[in-house]
Amino acid sequence: MSSETGKFGEYGGQYVPEALMPAIEELEDAYERYVLNNEDGFMDDFRERLADFGGRPTPLQHAKRLSDRYDCDVYLKREDLLHGGAHKLNNALGQVLLAKYMGKERIIAETGAGQHGTATAMACAHLGMPCEVYMGRRDINRQRPNVFRMRLNGAEVNPVTVGRGTLKEAISETMRDWATNVEDTHYVIGSVVGPHPFPAMVRDFQRVISEEAREQIREKAGQLPDSVVTCAGGGSNTMGVFAEFVDDEDVGLYAVEAGGSSLEVNEEEGVAPNSATLSTGTEGVLHGSRTRVLQDRDGQIMESHSVSAGLDYAGVGPELADLTDRGRVTAVNVDDDRALEGFHRLSQLEGVIPALESAHAVAYVEAHHDELGDVVLLNVSGRGDKDLETVLEETHNRDIENAPDIDTFAATGGFQ
Amino acid sequence: MSRISAAFEDGPAFIPYLAAGDPNYEASLSYVEALERGGADVIELGLPFSEPIAEGPTIQSAIVRSLEGGMTPTRFFEFVEDLDVDVPLVCMTYYNLIYQFGDDEERGPEAFVRRAAEVGIDGFVVPDLPAEEADPLREACDAHDCELIFIVAPTTKGERLERIMSQVSGYVYVQARLGTTGARTDLSDQTDASLERIAEWDVPKAVGFGISSGDHAQRVIEAGADGVIVGSALVDIVAQGVERGDPPVTVANRLESKARELKEGALRGAPSDEQPHPERT
Ligand SMILES: Cc1ncc(COP(=O)(O)O)c(C=O)c1O
Repeated sequence: MSSETGKFGEYGGQYVPEALMPAIEELEDAYERYVLNNEDGFMDDFRERLADFGGRPTPLQHAKRLSDRYDCDVYLKREDLLHGGAHKLNNALGQVLLAKYMGKERIIAETGAGQHGTATAMACAHLGMPCEVYMGRRDINRQRPNVFRMRLNGAEVNPVTVGRGTLKEAISETMRDWATNVEDTHYVIGSVVGPHPFPAMVRDFQRVISEEAREQIREKAGQLPDSVVTCAGGGSNTMGVFAEFVDDEDVGLYAVEAGGSSLEVNEEEGVAPNSATLSTGTEGVLHGSRTRVLQDRDGQIMESHSVSAGLDYAGVGPELADLTDRGRVTAVNVDDDRALEGFHRLSQLEGVIPALESAHAVAYVEAHHDELGDVVLLNVSGRGDKDLETVLEETHNRDIENAPDIDTFAATGGFQ
Repeated sequence: MSRISAAFEDGPAFIPYLAAGDPNYEASLSYVEALERGGADVIELGLPFSEPIAEGPTIQSAIVRSLEGGMTPTRFFEFVEDLDVDVPLVCMTYYNLIYQFGDDEERGPEAFVRRAAEVGIDGFVVPDLPAEEADPLREACDAHDCELIFIVAPTTKGERLERIMSQVSGYVYVQARLGTTGARTDLSDQTDASLERIAEWDVPKAVGFGISSGDHAQRVIEAGADGVIVGSALVDIVAQGVERGDPPVTVANRLESKARELKEGALRGAPSDEQPHPERT
């Protein structure tokens, strides 16, 4: 990639209203000075806070029982143990700190699963910045614990009711706020999406995942992984855990998308019952960059679907789209039922309750461990506490083979 | 001289906006025609996109109504063909629809502009396409004698102004204040500052975002603008009609008289021949 042009092959760019362009140029400048050139010791400050406030480095755990089951060595990168319970803090802390260095006075963010909103709210409380988070009405309903956490950290949560009320609508709404208040406000975008410099900058804040994992797996396994497997929504944990392995051509990189209930799309309804953008999307322009998107033939953006709110997005990061086109990244997908199965598998075999997003990656390893080589690095992008209600309901409604007897649990209120 | 430039020849231009197909195809045709009767000099027609990030709630709702009524780019071009108006037409849309337009043989700006020119579109405003990314569309516009209109925001300064000046044609869309579209009752001094920054530009200046009355229109022209662009205040009339279940002809009449009020306001703001306006000499 070239940070000068903001292009990844044909993807990337800056497709935003004119009112935002000066802010984006200002951000480009700040990204180059503080992040790339460590001006005023910004990156040192960032790393120190990631350690002391965030709890980095996160462990790389050899997953003994998964390894026995799959007959290969599975290592879990435990981003679920990062403060806040997901990889999102790496980016949120980086951006809020950068906004502070830039002299901005107000932070806005969008959130899907609520993890990014939570991470941004925490970073703002930590750094003393006012914070407003836009969240789709539907996502508010399915991720209530995170809504409460944001409030506890002093953030305002603004419900977005247009469309289906998910991440896509929340991003549009946050862009509108930004266009109105651009002079003193920074928009902390939650993934490697949006106009340049966001995709590159967010990747650089998330890169710490693979910097650590690369060292850790060398130490523990005595080699680089044969494959790295992680979930992809917008693609921030994905690019974070891939970044330092991209040049290691022998390391397979697997981006696991949400297959939802089906890969077929309903063009008539404008609905894709999945969020598998890399696998089924086409080139388009959404939320500030040219990338792969779920759209109909006219270019109207489709409503996406996933059982996990954090993957439920019709776009994907431009760099990930480019790496996939070039064959460096393999885009795969897992449907809702398999993801729930992966959720229960990791909970039962390792005592790690993963986010439903991360459960997609677990499910992919479950089904394809034969093809992944001897040493598999599985990124657990977040923990599942936020998803417990959803899992209770969804497991109850479906036939998930390895689920505990949740029907009795649900019926008796726990007195089984 | 292009049809759009000609529209600025005889005093201040009134440029209304409506989302094509809001709330349905037939009614919308009559609404656009009513704007011309009310005195429109150029009409901006919205081709609705599902993620209108530069739009406020009023126009966003219009876009939702239009999309739900089955509006597509193909239908939009039929709509323009079916329209019975003589004033120049500007298509306002988002880049993804332009980028995707066409069939498996040919997609993108060239196919889009060719078709638009064929049905009688004279220019384009694409709010999510900054000058940096506009070359492909610019080339297509040049090839088909269409204008490419750019927005100058209150935040646009320095080098960005130069870049836009070198790209813009037809008129420059001066964004009256920060934010998204939407009718307001106040008018910001950001307008004056923005107009001042581009005073030397050799292209008509039309001010939009937030103008909702004849008095506003008058003040904008008095401040030195060559035209006023009005969207949300007109879309509001359509929305009210939908809400109250009014017959389309009633709504069309209201649009026509609102248009007349705005046009007359703009005319009042124009310097009279005897007394040249100080800021325009
Ligand atoms: C735990 C977790 N993993 C993954 C994601 C998907 O985002 P990304 O693809 O940007 O990492 C989210 C988004 O909210 C998340 O909360």
